[in-house]
Parts: sequence; structure tokens; C-alpha cells
Amino acid sequence: MDLRELYQEVILDHGKHPRNHRFPEPHNREGRGYNPLCGDKIALRLQLDDDTISDVGFIGQGCAISQASCSTMTEAIKGKTLPEVQALFSKFHTMVTSEDGSDDDLDALGKLAVFAGVREFPMRVKCATLGWHTLNQALRNEGGEATTE
Amino acid sequence: MNEVSPIAASSALAFEVQRVREDFPALHQDVHGKPLVYLDSAATSLKPQSVIDAVDDVYARDCANIHRAVHLLSQRATARYEEAREKVRTFVNAAKKTELVFTRGTTEAINLVAQSWGRSNLEQGDEILVTELEHHSNIVPWQMLCQQTGAKLVVVPMTDRGEILREAFEQQLSERTRLVAMAHVSNALGTVVPVVELIELAHERGALVLLDGAQAVSHVDVDVQALDCDFYAFSGHKLYGPTGIGALYGKERLLDGMPPYQGGGDMIRSVTFEETIYNELPYKFEAGTPNIAGAIGLGAAIDYFSSFDPQAVRAHENAVLRYANEVLEAVKGLRLIGTAPGKVAVLSFLMHSAHPHDIGTIVDSEGVAIRTGHHCAQPVMEHFGIAATARASLGMYNTTDDVDALVSALQEVQELFG
Repeated sequence: MDLRELYQEVILDHGKHPRNHRFPEPHNREGRGYNPLCGDKIALRLQLDDDTISDVGFIGQGCAISQASCSTMTEAIKGKTLPEVQALFSKFHTMVTSEDGSDDDLDALGKLAVFAGVREFPMRVKCATLGWHTLNQALRNEGGEATTE
Repeated sequence: MNEVSPIAASSALAFEVQRVREDFPALHQDVHGKPLVYLDSAATSLKPQSVIDAVDDVYARDCANIHRAVHLLSQRATARYEEAREKVRTFVNAAKKTELVFTRGTTEAINLVAQSWGRSNLEQGDEILVTELEHHSNIVPWQMLCQQTGAKLVVVPMTDRGEILREAFEQQLSERTRLVAMAHVSNALGTVVPVVELIELAHERGALVLLDGAQAVSHVDVDVQALDCDFYAFSGHKLYGPTGIGALYGKERLLDGMPPYQGGGDMIRSVTFEETIYNELPYKFEAGTPNIAGAIGLGAAIDYFSSFDPQAVRAHENAVLRYANEVLEAVKGLRLIGTAPGKVAVLSFLMHSAHPHDIGTIVDSEGVAIRTGHHCAQPVMEHFGIAATARASLGMYNTTDDVDALVSALQEVQELFG
């Protein structure tokens, strides 16, 4: 178990300086996420035009993993279509939860691949996926709050 | 950290902490390739071999249900279960064994009082007083009771050091206060609440007092007669005993007047479809087959704990706490949360650069087990405007070496997070 595998430079950087850390205007979808175990909170807003995410931003507080994950997610999904975003989440989820990483599609994941180390830290998987669950909730537009529990 | 004098060293000798450590098998293991440094006893304490053996022996030898059969195994199990109750009685110095009800833990003990005493005694407009320091398990049962009865939950605020002051308490007491439910010791901050004088004040106003002793029993003296509390709830697993067992102390006259909490076997004297006559105390409150091995294990934990001079244990723990306070305060960017003058065994802290959850993962990789999060005390977190803290907490087996290991693991946090 190597800490530097978990806390890669990209993660530390995005944790400290999250990108898209603002609410986009206009926006037509909104989600909130909460991890009751550690108190990580995310409020995410996005503009969906047809099936393309034209803009997205979030305000959040919490651990480096949760904030960096949400930050890199917003970068990765901006301009993508819904099927593309779903495929990306599916690949991301596989990467952070799989046993050995043999199914990882690192090319498709791009910068998100820095979260591969999370799989060695099962207690932190929820931190890494909080932003994605919040995104899903926003896209379903159900209101309420995405929770990791 | 070596410029701080190792003040614990001399007092530790008298207590022989190294010998104590030998009694706890869980201490002697590596985690992530490093020797375990266990600083999470406020969540649950480790168990000495004698407790593990006692539980094991129940299942290996005296495995029978209690208060039932005439066969020998049942006699032995019953005798050991009731001996355990007597040990609990001695430990908290209750006047009578009948005043002690075995429960699943502190939480169930509090729920028992809320649902049994509370539902039959509270009315619309009555008040239940809690403090801002409480664990959720001493908040939520009362909120549920308020919904059921129309009673109102009133909160005594704490100071920014995490203290409950007499004046603030007195201000919230009213003619409508029927019950005060408060922590004896705060789990999130370690504050020792001045319960003796607060109980007196509450009694002067005619209110009953329940103490949540979960965090107190292993760190401060508990004498329910001297305290004159009406109820005292605690768990075995924070007293070096098994999980899933705890006890409720209640004054006999109060317990006598309370309806059963749950219905079932063992809590009855006779049952017909027309009428059920309830059993005597404390069995009226012990429906169903209890955690027999757990109770016997708790008895063994009390035996173990009582084999030491309690003042020597406290002196050792306080010396380690003072040392930890000094060296943690010297860590750059570290801020202690909860700095009441009277506190025991808990160091809650924040670091400027890293979130508590990240701190927890990093020190864990160095073998150091601490707790991170809101510690089931979200109102405490809210008071300080934070979501979580990192919390190191002490047991009788901890040493200044453990504290040094934590501090050196925190240096790793600083290296990563700056």
C-alpha cells in the first residue's frame, strides 16, 4: 500500500485548487451529495443542452479525494454527451472498485486514471465516487440528495 | 518532539504499562507492515486476554440458557450471569443488584429510559434538557420521545473550549424541566462535565438526571450513590469488555414504577391470554435471552480493570494526555478542538493543510489507528463550524511512544499536503 499511489500530484493539486469551483449560469440541472461518514459535501449544477453537458461547476467541502475527484470529473464531462458520460462513470467505477485493475481502460479515463490508487483504500472509494453519484442525481433531476450510504 | 520532557515515563513505571500491554493481544500485530499504534479507544477499547477467555469459556463450557432449565450447565451459566451483575453493581457502587439492567449498550439503556419512563411520565410542554456536547445517542431518543409526547428538547450551550458551565445550565433549567440527560464525559472532546453540581441543581428543580457514561466509565470514578444520579447508562466495550453488552443503573423506586420496555420471555412471571404479570426487577427489563457471554465478559473486564489501582491508571492516562497535548500543540498548523481544563483521554484536532479524512488514511498507513469524522456528535462539530475532526483517544495501554508515533505520522501528512 503506497500513499503516493493514492495522493498523486494531480489529486493534491485539484484537492487544493478545485477546477470549475463555481455555479454555472445558466444551469438547468442541480444535485447535492453528502457523505455522512466524513461530512464531505458537494453541490453541483450543470447546463444540459439536448444531451450534451455544455457547462458544469460545483461548490464543495471535504477531503482531498472527494474534492479532487469532483474537480477532475467536471473537467472530463464538460462538452460530453450523456452516453459518453455514463460510459466514463462506468469505467471510473470499475477502476476504483476492481480487485486488480485488469479491466482498467486507462486511455479512455485520461486524467481520471490518477484515482486508480483508491482501490487499495476501500474506505475511500465513497470519497472518490461522491461527485459522480451527485452528477447522476443531477442528471436524473430528482431533487433530494445523493448519499454514499 | 524530543525537546518536551517525557513526563509520563516516571509515573508509567509505577503502573507498569508494558506489563499491561502484554495482556492485550490485539496490540501485538502489524498493520500495513508497521506495528499497530492504537489510538481509538474512545470508539472501542481493545480487550485483555482474560475477557476473551471468559467469553470463550462460556461457549466452550457453560453454554446454556439462563433462568430456565434445572440442568447443571444452565445453573452454571445463570450463576455466572448473576455474578457479572454483582460485579457491575460493585463497579458503579449501586445500593442493590436489582437496580442494574443488562442492555445491549449505552444506546439501548438510554432508549429504555426514554420509552419506558419518558412515555409514561411526560406531557405536552414538559422539557428534556441535554447539552451541546451530547453524542447522537443521547439526542435522538429524546427527539423521538418529544415527537411522541409533545415534550420539548432544550439544549445547554457549551463554551468554545467545550465546557458546560453551571451558569449556562442553570439558565436553561426551568419549572418544566422533567429530565436532564447529559454526558458524564464528552466522546468528541473529552470534556469531563461537572455533573455533581449540575445534578444538585436539577434535583433542586425537581428534575431527574440520566448520565451517559459511555465515555466516562474507563476514565473517571463512577459512584452512582455519591453522584445521586437517577439513571446511569454505559457500555462494556469501552471498558475493555465485549461489544453488545452494557448496563442501565436506575434508582429502584423509579425502575419499579416504569412499565417494561420490551415484551418477551424472562420479563414475565406468568402469562395467560387475559393477563400477564411482569417479573420483578431487574428481569422486568430483560426480555428475551440476553447476551449471556457478553455479560460474563463484562464481568471479566471489570475484574481486570479493578485489579489495578484506579488512581494509578488515571495518573498514567493523564500523564500521556498531557504529553500528547504538548507535542501536538507544537505540530505546525495543528489546532486542538476541545480545550476544557478538565478533560480526559481525547485529543480532537484539525490540521491546516489536510482534511481529517486524509489525515486518518495517511496515519493509518503508518500503523496509527485514529478516528476521523463527526464522532456521532454533529452539534459539537457545528458549534466549531467544522464537519469533522481527527481524534486520537487513549486507553490504559497507551504510552508516550504511541503519541510520538502519531506525531511522526503527522509529519507525513505535512510532507504530502504542505
